[in-house]
Amino acid sequence: MREIDGDQEAAALAVASRRARGGLTSIARQFAVGSPVGAVSAAFLIGLVVLGVFANQIAPFGPLETNYDHIREAPTPEYVFGTDSLGRDVLSRVIHGTRVSLWVAIMAVAISKAIGFAWGVLTGYLGGKFDLISQRFLDVLISFPGVILALLLLVALGTGMTTVIIAIATTGIAGTTRVVRSVTLSVREMFFVEAARSIGASPLRIMVYHVAPQCIAPLLVLVSASLGAAIFAEAALSFLGMGIPPPAPSWGNILGGTLAQSFQPPWWLALFPGLAITFTILALNLFGDALRDHLDPKLRGTLD
Amino acid sequence: MQTYTIRRLLLIVPTILGVTLLIFAAMRILPGDPVEAMFSGELGSLTVSDEEKRLVRESLGLHRPLAVQYASWIVDILKGDLGTSFWRPEPIRKVFERRAPITGQIALFSILFSWLIGLPIGILSAVRRNSALDYLSRFLVTLFMAVPSFLIGITIVTVGVLFFTWRPPITIVYLWEDPVQNLQMTVIPALVLGISLGAILARMSRATILEVFREDYVRTGRAKGLNERVVVWRHVLKNALLPVITVSGLHLGSLLGGSVAVEVALGVPGLGKSLVQGMEERDWMLIQNLVLIYAMAFVFVNLLIDLAYAWIDPRIRY
Repeated sequence: MREIDGDQEAAALAVASRRARGGLTSIARQFAVGSPVGAVSAAFLIGLVVLGVFANQIAPFGPLETNYDHIREAPTPEYVFGTDSLGRDVLSRVIHGTRVSLWVAIMAVAISKAIGFAWGVLTGYLGGKFDLISQRFLDVLISFPGVILALLLLVALGTGMTTVIIAIATTGIAGTTRVVRSVTLSVREMFFVEAARSIGASPLRIMVYHVAPQCIAPLLVLVSASLGAAIFAEAALSFLGMGIPPPAPSWGNILGGTLAQSFQPPWWLALFPGLAITFTILALNLFGDALRDHLDPKLRGTLD
Repeated sequence: MQTYTIRRLLLIVPTILGVTLLIFAAMRILPGDPVEAMFSGELGSLTVSDEEKRLVRESLGLHRPLAVQYASWIVDILKGDLGTSFWRPEPIRKVFERRAPITGQIALFSILFSWLIGLPIGILSAVRRNSALDYLSRFLVTLFMAVPSFLIGITIVTVGVLFFTWRPPITIVYLWEDPVQNLQMTVIPALVLGISLGAILARMSRATILEVFREDYVRTGRAKGLNERVVVWRHVLKNALLPVITVSGLHLGSLLGGSVAVEVALGVPGLGKSLVQGMEERDWMLIQNLVLIYAMAFVFVNLLIDLAYAWIDPRIRY
């Protein structure tokens, strides 16, 4: 039943997406009027991207700049978020961490969605032996709890920004492929696909021009939640010391080792990156919900 | 049901085979060699000659062909032999037997907590739709779906230490030895994980309950004059919550993954902490077998859920 529900929702979204035409600004205005919460979340997320891009200009100190006169200081007017055990400004590290955490999340989601998209359309449309074998591959990927699979890959590949992106992307592939496959399965049976087949379009052409576009809307809805999951994964991995290697700041590794640092835990080292993580995931979730409602008004208010 | 059960059981064979192959490949082929990996990284300062490395390799059986290594690993596991930790002369099986009860207890408790927290909130929220209570609970649910569980764990320890000079115990105590100490160690991580999962369940149960409210048989029940309470409890909740409870097991994956970070955050001596320590020390046999154990636990829970689901809902046949 789970899969059937997914199919229906996805098919409804695929249909709804065709309705959404018109200029970008008018789409944005419609969206903002329909869902103020979604619009606020979107504004927050855009703000975060700006913060990440212009981190060098915005942050009051360098992320690696140490000041041994101010070690592990609670927030003061000069150091608004306090300082860490090396006397680095936590505010600046959180701002620079935005860049790292967002970059990792965006890249990981882009990679996992691209692979999952192509794989899902292929396996759903071709079916047969290829589908049978690729389903077994997906079963294997899904058999690992996400964080555990990422940890295993990081042990194998070594820690670093690129490997963290690869590890997080890998954990997202199976889920994406399954969703895209189920949409493909329902789209494959629709009349316009049959019509294309009947005039002799090649399978590749049908997949690229007729099936793939239908899978984009369901995927868009997934992207928001996946970004949240990726932010969480990066934070968890870096917290465990297997993610972004120090001294580079990420929200996760500012948190890491906080509790081990001293008997009196410096609360500001946990609070501020923690709030950054929470608000970002919150905004992504709310934006994702609003986007789904916007693309398919029929579902409004029933799923949240 | 019978053919489905048999098919589902057979499907698990290639999955387990694939899981072991993936773990083996990650541990052997990708980094070059476990011994190189072991002496790089933080232990890079140790000067180890090539001759010593060769001896280590031979003692670990790493000089054998990969196929032989893989086969002997599988045979060992089937015999119940999980190998030995590289840095401590302790069989990994002992580590597992000592720590698994703690992690298992946390996982079990957190599922219970998630039901106790998530289901009542979801029910209330759906039954009193669009009331102040509904808005409050939806706000809290949305918030707690966004807070990573290990962050709640860090917060609890920080508040505990700063305000109550209390720290969770860090040595292993079993429930049957000293319940008070044991519960202090396991209830908090379980609660932390249970809140996160509970938020997901609350959202899910609210949605399914509202869906069931629109079903024809509910209208029929009301039309024939049934007490609203009977409609809600006997017709709506029974049909809406059974799948939610079953599906809650599907989130065990995120729960198991999350429990690693929560164990580290709270300093709980469970399997997850062992795994992370093993990763820091590049104790590859420990990593290999603990990852396998986590994956197997997940595979078998998913199997049970699928079977239970098919049993509850006869429409499910793949």
